Amino acid sequence: MRKLIFVFLLVVFAVSIFVAEEIKIGVVLPMTGGISAFGQMTWEGISLAHKMYPTVLGKEVKLILFDNRSEKTEAANAVARAIDKEHVVAIIGEVASSHSLAGGPIAEKNHIPMVSPASTNPMVTQGKRYVSRVCFIDPFQGAAAAVFAFKNLGAKTVAVFTDIEQDYSVGLSKFFVDKFKKLGGKVVSLYYRTGDQDFTAQLTIALSKNPDAIYVTGYYPEIALLSRQARQLGFKGYLLAGDGAEAPELFSIGGDAVDGLFLTTHYHPKGAATSMAKKFYDAFVKEYGKDPSALAALGFDAYLLIIDAIKRAGSADPEAIAKAIRETENFEAVTGVITIEKETGNPIKDVVVDKANAKEKKFDFAAIVSAQELK
Amino acid sequence: MNITFLVQNTFNGIMLGGLYALIAVGYTMVYGILRLINFAHGDVMMMGVYFAFYFAVLTKSNVVIAFIVAVLGAALLGFLIDNVAYKPLRNAPRISALITAIGVSFFLESFAVVVFGAIPKPFTSIFKSQTLLMKVLNVGGARIPVLTFLVIGITAVIFVFLFLIVYKTKIGMAMRAISADIPTTSLMGVNVNFVISFTFALGSALAAASGLMWSMRYPNVFPYMGFMPGMKAFIAAVFGGIGSIPGAILGGLLLGLIEIFIPAYFQSMMMYRDALAFIILIVILLVKPSGLLGKKAVEKV
Repeated sequence: MRKLIFVFLLVVFAVSIFVAEEIKIGVVLPMTGGISAFGQMTWEGISLAHKMYPTVLGKEVKLILFDNRSEKTEAANAVARAIDKEHVVAIIGEVASSHSLAGGPIAEKNHIPMVSPASTNPMVTQGKRYVSRVCFIDPFQGAAAAVFAFKNLGAKTVAVFTDIEQDYSVGLSKFFVDKFKKLGGKVVSLYYRTGDQDFTAQLTIALSKNPDAIYVTGYYPEIALLSRQARQLGFKGYLLAGDGAEAPELFSIGGDAVDGLFLTTHYHPKGAATSMAKKFYDAFVKEYGKDPSALAALGFDAYLLIIDAIKRAGSADPEAIAKAIRETENFEAVTGVITIEKETGNPIKDVVVDKANAKEKKFDFAAIVSAQELK
Repeated sequence: MNITFLVQNTFNGIMLGGLYALIAVGYTMVYGILRLINFAHGDVMMMGVYFAFYFAVLTKSNVVIAFIVAVLGAALLGFLIDNVAYKPLRNAPRISALITAIGVSFFLESFAVVVFGAIPKPFTSIFKSQTLLMKVLNVGGARIPVLTFLVIGITAVIFVFLFLIVYKTKIGMAMRAISADIPTTSLMGVNVNFVISFTFALGSALAAASGLMWSMRYPNVFPYMGFMPGMKAFIAAVFGGIGSIPGAILGGLLLGLIEIFIPAYFQSMMMYRDALAFIILIVILLVKPSGLLGKKAVEKV
């Protein structure tokens, strides 16, 4: 036993020397696997932010990237590795809600602050003190889609496709259905699973109810295939999706079928108003030679939020950082002015609606649904 | 629930089932001759699709040429896999070869992740314009992709082609002999290693052909794309009676129809669509392990 304590003290000592030199921030993203495009886009934003703001409190910030391979089990392992092996003081991650739900409890248990750039499911931060995020949550996003479908598109019946394997999709569909029914619309619910390639059975049922719009709440590979098959089966109404659709692969796989698809999202260069948004846009275009994606903007914001929290806390102690994150108020970020709710760790912001343009393979700005309308 | 709904679902089922059947034929042929369940079959299919994709993108050549190259490339890959992975295990217990097959499957998937990248690629981008195959017919409100007929046609052609090879050629005779007794066949002066390699090459070519059809319908190309279709085709092959080629076709078509019709008419089953195939597998193994058209195996003592 005495030997064990000695080893433990030695480790603590070694670690404290190491930490003094630089501030280590872990980044856990899906860099390979099904939603790797999301990981890559987020990483672009995070590494740009790191390049622009490489130091805090006079110390160097070191980013350590972990790949969760788009898998739930790896999502938990990567967080554990970041904490146990690399002794990071904070974590940026993860992208998919189901991944954050797997990794979040580990950060919580070890009292390491974690900021998710893009996990929108409410459960991600629920009952946690160390897990926060910079994106809006699904009740906001789902309700915004419902308001947009009902008021802007005039849809009365909507077929809602839910990916039962993704917490993100299940949550988004639920809040859409609640709000859409409250507004007076009708809903047909259908289900599929991540990795499904054939949706004709569900689509044939959906189309027999003559919906005005189809709302797919999963991720881009399935949204693209589903849109194709819907158009092949003769569907002429609106296609609607959440931020899971926002990837260039939507166009390459979906082709003309996804033209005109509406999606709710966090950021569009044309819809952003803060001064940081301008700075970010210019720097991003200069660095990568293309327009920034919403995920890049969110990754950028997640990094800034942690740096800002370290600055306000005046130390790189994980406890102090976690406390400072939850005290963030009117912080000028790229995706809007962020105030983190102290109890829940969620920000309150407006929702942007984009329209897919298949000819130019980009997302055009369509509308903003304000936070006020969704209360 | 009207007639259009029924017709539409029937064609959806035939399309999906036809694809399963096409993949299952390759599975069952290799099993019928070597008694080895080649779990890498779905991944060879994936590699075939990548071959076609990259050949068409890099050389900007005609799709037909790309398809032929992909099928030949997959055959060569099957030959290589056999020589590297299975040949050293010819005399080992069958379970060793089965485990190696799973290892090959993992290897091919990871290889594709490293070399081709994990980001999904659009298969349709290699078609220069909307070809006839991408067209959709409108039959009294039901919509039927032209591709459905091609898939059924190719399945029929492959069926005849395999029949001719296995029953009308010398190498086919050797294949049948090997399926009965390997040591004796070798005593008759047959080059057993070559015949087995040939069987793998043929099976891999079939996998690539089915993968190309699959990708024309579901144009999302990624390293793990072969896993689920391979699994389903395996179930289809067991359902129809593994080792029997007509059984694989019947099993594939039935599985496709079941996967479409059960969710269509029992909508609460929609969430369990993938589970249906596995339920069928369990039931068939319990009730009729030899499958619908399979022959009862007589264990020689």
